[in-house]
Amino acid sequence: MTAGETHQAIEATFRIERARLIAGLARVVRNVDLAEELAQDALVVALAEWPKSGVPANPGAWLMAVAKRRAIDALRRDKMLRRKHEEIVRELDSAPDETPGGAAEAIAAAMDDDLGDELLGLIFTACHPMLSPEARAALTLRVVGGLTTDEIARAFLSNEATIAQRIVRAKKAIAKAGSTFETPRGAERAARLPSVLEVVYLIFNEGYAATAGDDLVRPALCLEAQRLGRMLAGLMPENAPETAEVLGLLALMEIQASRLTARTGPDGAFIPLTEQDRARWDQLLIRRGLDALARAEALGKDLGGGPYVLQAALAACHARARRAADTDWPRIAGLYDRLRVVAPSPVVDLNRAIAHSMAFGPEAGLRLVDEIADAAALRHYAPLPAARGDFLFRAGRLAEARAEFEAAAALTRNGRERAFLLARADACDGKP
Amino acid sequence: MRVMVFIKATEGSKNAEPPTMEAFEAMEKFTEELVNAGVMVAGAGLKSTAESKRIVFDGPGHTIIDGPFTEAREIVAGFSIWEVKDMDEAVAWATRGPKVMSGRSEIEIRPFIEAADMAEMLSLEPEAPQGGTRGKLGVA
Repeated sequence: MTAGETHQAIEATFRIERARLIAGLARVVRNVDLAEELAQDALVVALAEWPKSGVPANPGAWLMAVAKRRAIDALRRDKMLRRKHEEIVRELDSAPDETPGGAAEAIAAAMDDDLGDELLGLIFTACHPMLSPEARAALTLRVVGGLTTDEIARAFLSNEATIAQRIVRAKKAIAKAGSTFETPRGAERAARLPSVLEVVYLIFNEGYAATAGDDLVRPALCLEAQRLGRMLAGLMPENAPETAEVLGLLALMEIQASRLTARTGPDGAFIPLTEQDRARWDQLLIRRGLDALARAEALGKDLGGGPYVLQAALAACHARARRAADTDWPRIAGLYDRLRVVAPSPVVDLNRAIAHSMAFGPEAGLRLVDEIADAAALRHYAPLPAARGDFLFRAGRLAEARAEFEAAAALTRNGRERAFLLARADACDGKP
Repeated sequence: MRVMVFIKATEGSKNAEPPTMEAFEAMEKFTEELVNAGVMVAGAGLKSTAESKRIVFDGPGHTIIDGPFTEAREIVAGFSIWEVKDMDEAVAWATRGPKVMSGRSEIEIRPFIEAADMAEMLSLEPEAPQGGTRGKLGVA
């Protein structure tokens, strides 16, 4: 192994350990900034030692032992903090032996029990509802995902200074709130879970919205979110009812990700779901998504399904259809009926109208879309007249359909979409 | 990136013997770690070649060969699919797993051909079917 290769191997090992290391340290020093710094210090020591000694058998325990020793030094140095942290120092000092190797076994045993929980505690802390969703996303990508500030900035089409400041503020807010970095239990865990899931899905959607020409960091956000989702699904208690939504979100992401490559044409144009080449859907991800969904539905069967489980079930209807014509539209319509109850939104209502039109005919769609036509949120929303135009077209009311397509074309800001809608408007003259 | 991880063994050697309880438990624990880290996508162990078949294509026809395959050569004893950031991470995971076989064994890590690798091929495709009568309606 050359020096360069050793360096790479050590950094790769460190990346695997990093989040758990920060999680364990944060719980001891009660400060995510210091925990991050201590983890980084441990890496520096490893880079100096491991090329000589080799990678230890339990690298996580080794790094933790080094970082904890540094923590004691840091806390002792800081007289202001001494009084506050006296107890922590005593606790750390009472460990049998702080030299790497000696204490490694003892720490390894302790770590095996707590690590999963510590990591979950870190995720819950980084996703605390007191922080804005953007701050939660940035902090989670930093401390759990291990992305650099620059990578996060590029991913969110922002600049490094803004993101750095956002992360600093979030860390300060957590410190000020006196977070213990514990995983909340029982009802509190269930209450705080939505703010965790919201962040994971926000990260996923940011990546999903990226297009082919974008910086590679953006599409990679989908993978990062899937990884976080898989991590959460692994760490959450298997039988807790709220785990159903974790699995639902995971299923939703896996199934949506299965279509990532099929949804753009060679020229970069967006291809709608019903026209995608389904042979290009990633069957491995679909299978994973359907498995997660089945577990979610079994776990939450008495609850009727939360918003993520229902959205995953919708995505699964499309995933199961080998051809667009095989799509089970009545089932999709029924799922939208349920989704609008647990997650009411004008966009869900519009999609529900479309699903009903596909399942029960254009008149059913028209009836539902007319119920929501006055919603303020949809007033300048091109998909509304586009859907109405489609229903009218299929009902044979071509003059009215044309007017709707033209209205939709005037509303959209997307050039390709405008061309598509105008073409549909023109097609209204093609028939008697 | 996704990688396929092949766990290889030499059949007929002591490597082909079923793993001990300890080795099995260590493997289970490692798998759990992979799952909790969000790395594990799929995986399975494979039965011996006594229960396997080979189909050999050569020329217009094909020949079916029933196992066991006696020649001493490395065979795949199991596989996993991992989602990792890069090959370094895959190697780091592979080296930290338990050593299940007592003799010489081998793990081979092969990256998937992903969409980005296909871009060149796909650009040769005729334009994808578009502009049907409905679509762009946002149903997902």
